[in-house]
Amino acid sequence: MEPEFYTPLGAGDTPKSRSARVSRRSFIKGIIATGATVASGSMLGTLAGCSAETSSTTGIAGTVERLITLNINGKSRRVDVLPQETLAMTLRYKLGLTGTKLGCDRGECGACTILIDDVPTYSCSTLSHGVRGRQVTTIEGLQAANGDLHPVQQAFVDELGPQCGFCTPGQVLSAVGLLKVNPSPTRDEARRAMSGNLCRCGAYDHYLNSVMRAARTS
Amino acid sequence: MTKDMMRGFDLYQPANLENALNLTARLGKDAWLMAGGNDSLDWFKDRVKNPVALIDLLAIDSLKGIRETAEGIEIGATTTLTEIANSDLVKSRYNLLAEAASHVASPQIRNVSTIGGNLCQDARCWYYRAGLDCYRAGGKKCYADTPEGMNREHCLFAADRCVAVSPSDTAPALVALDATCLIHGPEGQRSVKAEDFFIGPAVDIERMTVLEENEILTAIQIPDRWAGANFYFEKVADRNTWDFALVNVACAMRLNNGTIEDVRIACSGVECVPKRLTVVESVVKGSPVDDEIAALAGKSAIRGATPLNYNHFKIPLLENLVKRAIRNS
Ligand SMILES: Cc1cc2nc3c(=O)[nH]c(=O)nc-3n(C[C@H](O)[C@H](O)[C@H](O)COP(=O)(O)OP(=O)(O)OC[C@H]3O[C@@H](n4cnc5c(N)ncnc54)[C@H](O)[C@@H]3O)c2cc1C
Ligand code: SF4
Ligand code: FES
Ligand code: FES
Repeated sequence: MEPEFYTPLGAGDTPKSRSARVSRRSFIKGIIATGATVASGSMLGTLAGCSAETSSTTGIAGTVERLITLNINGKSRRVDVLPQETLAMTLRYKLGLTGTKLGCDRGECGACTILIDDVPTYSCSTLSHGVRGRQVTTIEGLQAANGDLHPVQQAFVDELGPQCGFCTPGQVLSAVGLLKVNPSPTRDEARRAMSGNLCRCGAYDHYLNSVMRAARTS
Repeated sequence: MTKDMMRGFDLYQPANLENALNLTARLGKDAWLMAGGNDSLDWFKDRVKNPVALIDLLAIDSLKGIRETAEGIEIGATTTLTEIANSDLVKSRYNLLAEAASHVASPQIRNVSTIGGNLCQDARCWYYRAGLDCYRAGGKKCYADTPEGMNREHCLFAADRCVAVSPSDTAPALVALDATCLIHGPEGQRSVKAEDFFIGPAVDIERMTVLEENEILTAIQIPDRWAGANFYFEKVADRNTWDFALVNVACAMRLNNGTIEDVRIACSGVECVPKRLTVVESVVKGSPVDDEIAALAGKSAIRGATPLNYNHFKIPLLENLVKRAIRNS
């Protein structure tokens, strides 16, 4: 038997779901093209979420309902979520919250870090159905209503923390999570708390400076 | 990311153990139990394991939390590693486990990984994880134990066709603490010593634990006997974050006037199960703690070690870790 290392997109799915996926993609492209921001999570969720057929649409006794309400950044969002959907996917591709990055999709980089009930968590390794009833905070939810940056974001700017910026949302959320439970960490405690966030630019020291500044200023 | 689309499954979130057990009974082989998901989701994303139904255990409150009991403490199977590492009760009595838990993976993974999942996690041999048809996957060959096989991470002891190792950091700590695993199944409840919970390829090459398909690990019990003993935990990995132990060691020791009265010591990364080093235990029992006995302990730990092509380094590593554990517990 030849082992399959890389399964092409859609292999094993029904043709129906394959074409549905294309339409989801063009739908999202359409949104970007018209410059529309994500106004209605439930509308986007319904359209995007009906893309792939799964057997649970048949409603086997005891399985989860697909249309659920999630609490994201203090708002209730109605969204149609597949049973096998990760939170990173829901946030980025159903709710348009693309500040959450996907690096590895394997729990090995930290780019997708968000807070669940204030605890830093990899959204690529969390099923969306598992966070019903919990408070999810993404990078988009940190700034104040008047647009002021969160003190941790401000500290990251002031210390020139990021380089390319790809890992930054995850780094910021790890820092916010740390300062919630330990408002004045030692540099070593901060280093340990930030250790689940890789930075390919190697801006680690700048990030640590940022966290220490945030601890002083917030 | 095209590799990362999980196949569809039915998701069940039972609210109590009884419902979960009913589901495992009803769904049989089609079902997959999931707690924190850190082991499970990788399998699904790689499409190597494709369960029809997923049973999420996290809505079951009775599986969560750390309790004091008449005989020691009991830790619910879905208690997270962060909760264990931060628990005052665990730190004050069984710091060995708190230390081990705090050395797993990364902070974010520890925040959701459960102790049950950490014990029940599958082998990390990459040939197997990539979906190759090796012995552990029901096939007829081992890809790691070949002249060109990348077996730097594989075993030193008790190879039997498969040379994969126990990946868990908490397992050796629980073996050293003489913990018991509480298991619920359709026929009721049974308990198994942590030491006997794990099985090697000679017993069953396709499983890492004694758990049957329809059984759920519900709790871990740690007896008073080792509460507040002298402990030592050390893990050596390529990176301090994320990486699995090349070798780790967990030791619980009772001293009486500088003499080793009783000791239990175990390590992961060298055998398919967390290896209890009973020979070391009997060599050091009754001796004062000094360099000489530590050196002897190290030597006895590696007796019978059979390296593969690329993992000779694990022999001195194991020897030195055991030496340090005996000297510094
Ligand atoms: C990037 C990365 C790095 C890692 N590094 C380390 C490390 O350094 N050290 C280490 O020890 N581990 C490491 N791990 C493994 C990780 O710690 C374990 O996968 C995790 O602890 C499993 O817990 P979980 O609750 O997330 O497991 P899940 O994925 O939910 O479950 C794991 C397995 O156990 C079974 N299971 C879970 N709970 C029960 C139960 N109550 N009863 C019966 N079966 C059950 C599941 O069916 C599944 O097969 C790493 C994982 C990743 C992804
Ligand atoms: S070591 Fe075990 S898991 Fe790895 S290829 Fe060989 S048989 Fe498979
Ligand atoms: S994308 Fe989640 S940890 Fe890398
Ligand atoms: S700033 Fe570029 S990856 Fe961290």
